[in-house]
Amino acid sequence: MNSLIHARGLVKRFDGFTAVDGIDVDVRPGEAFGFLGPNGAGKSSTMRMIGCVSPPSDGVLRILGMDPRRDGPAIRARLGVCPQLDNLDPELTVRENLTTYARFFGIPRKVARARATELLDFVQLGERAGSRVDPLSGGMKRRLTIARALINEPDLVLLDEPTTGLDPQARHLVWERLFRLKQQGVTLVLTTHYMDEAEQLCDRLVVMDGGRIVAEGSPRELIAAHSTREVVELRFPTEDQGAYADELKGIGERIEVLPDRILLYVADGDDALAEVHRRSLTPVGSLARRSSLEDVFLRLTGRTLVD
Amino acid sequence: MTAATYVFEYHLVNYRRTWRATVLSSVVLPLLTMLGFGLGVGAFVTGDVQGFSYLEWMVPGLIATTAVQTAVGEATWPVMSGFAWVKSYFAQAAAPLRAGDILGGHLAFMLFRVLLSVASFLLVALLFGAIRSPGAVAVLPIAALLGFATAAPAAAYTASVTSDMFLAVLFRFVVLPMSLFSGVFFPIESLPGALRWIAHVLPLWHGVDLCRTAVLGLDPGPGAVWHVLYLLLWGVAGWFLAVWRYRRRLVF
Ligand SMILES: Nc1ncnc2c1ncn2[C@@H]1O[C@H](COP(=O)(O)OP(=O)(O)O)[C@@H](O)[C@H]1O
Ligand SMILES: [Mg+2]
Repeated sequence: MNSLIHARGLVKRFDGFTAVDGIDVDVRPGEAFGFLGPNGAGKSSTMRMIGCVSPPSDGVLRILGMDPRRDGPAIRARLGVCPQLDNLDPELTVRENLTTYARFFGIPRKVARARATELLDFVQLGERAGSRVDPLSGGMKRRLTIARALINEPDLVLLDEPTTGLDPQARHLVWERLFRLKQQGVTLVLTTHYMDEAEQLCDRLVVMDGGRIVAEGSPRELIAAHSTREVVELRFPTEDQGAYADELKGIGERIEVLPDRILLYVADGDDALAEVHRRSLTPVGSLARRSSLEDVFLRLTGRTLVD
Repeated sequence: MTAATYVFEYHLVNYRRTWRATVLSSVVLPLLTMLGFGLGVGAFVTGDVQGFSYLEWMVPGLIATTAVQTAVGEATWPVMSGFAWVKSYFAQAAAPLRAGDILGGHLAFMLFRVLLSVASFLLVALLFGAIRSPGAVAVLPIAALLGFATAAPAAAYTASVTSDMFLAVLFRFVVLPMSLFSGVFFPIESLPGALRWIAHVLPLWHGVDLCRTAVLGLDPGPGAVWHVLYLLLWGVAGWFLAVWRYRRRLVF
């Protein structure tokens, strides 16, 4: 088998609490693979096991064809890791953060300097090479962490929530860089609780909830399998949106009542909206849109991704 | 082993950015101590201690405490930072390094810092004319050994606690009393029996006695061998404890 990551029945327990509850995963070379799930789903626990800094409690795990228990350092030598929380060195310069990290992989100083220059250009931090890390913005630090993860020309790049906490502009810059890496054929594994991030970057993903995988496929397959083509969002001027559910019955395949709005799962949004108006219902807000992974998650778990 | 040297290298690069802040404690503090204790207190201590002037007698003890202060200082807040604040240890653990490499490289840097502060103390003492025997250079390896004997267990302790409050506790309730009762300022023979026992158990007194033997040019005798072995025991035990604590904290 030609999987970079191969997991069967993978389990992680912390003193009796099961954070990852028997997951099966295969990641193939060149793929951008995602773990999509809310906080506490077990994404970071899974990433740490893949990163060989957390021994599995049970199940099979092979990374790059090797056994993390036995070959940890050999595997880590070929991984690039961007952890959920940045752990850059604030006292060092931007460039030194890369060159000192390169040495941990036994990369000669000269090669390290050349790669640092190249990578800083790649993440658009070339002009900040000599400045300290402390005053950098959150987005810049994130990009530097990504550059650091690439210093050893890894076979597999692990990104744990690469854009969480960034403002929209900074997120788009990170996405754009990750997209470039993907085009270069670098295998990416990322976790996220943003469905737009998963949709934009992932060729294939698993939806995680409560330590389990609840669905797997490409974003498009997942939407086709678990949602309708379009969604109509309606907001009524009341505390209890559910009061309107009865009057909407029969429009579309399915109806979801959320605290602040009602979702109608339909084939055609405009037709559905016309039907709502024909029934003389007057929502204060209405919107027809395409189905997203958010809807898939709601369908599968009964909850929203970001609360 | 080579992996540990990469970690040592990282700490050196880091030190290039932060050394200025340590100059004060490495040069100015020995100077002040020398003036205050050696000349000030020394003026009151009429007569000699074990046949030497008080200043001459006390300097080797001060060198040993400097080694311990530096070693424990480097094995506390910077170690806490590696785990909790900057989290640099976790960045290192994601690279192909093992807990022993991460600890080993950092410990090497701690000993490097010990050697720097002891060397600068030695220079200051030399300028004050408080050192006459050329055997005094032997305090460098002694300080490294004493640094190992104290930094390793201190790093194990730091890796086991979760708040820096416990680091202040270590200094207040272990390092400070140890400095007072280990024959730095007065011979331990003047201590009551129970306190003298503390001096024998803790590492500092053994380092003080070795430094004093070297600086005053005394005959080492077989006691010196026991001092060295006992300090090694502290260091090696501390090392194994620290590797175990580091692994627990980094791999979970
Ligand atoms: N070291 C740990 N000790 C105990 N519980 C943990 C530990 N790490 C994670 N958990 C728990 O495991 C669950 C999954 O956490 P995590 O993998 O961080 O989820 P995610 O990254 O998807 O937010 C959470 O309930 C979390 O509290
Ligand atoms: Mg997480």
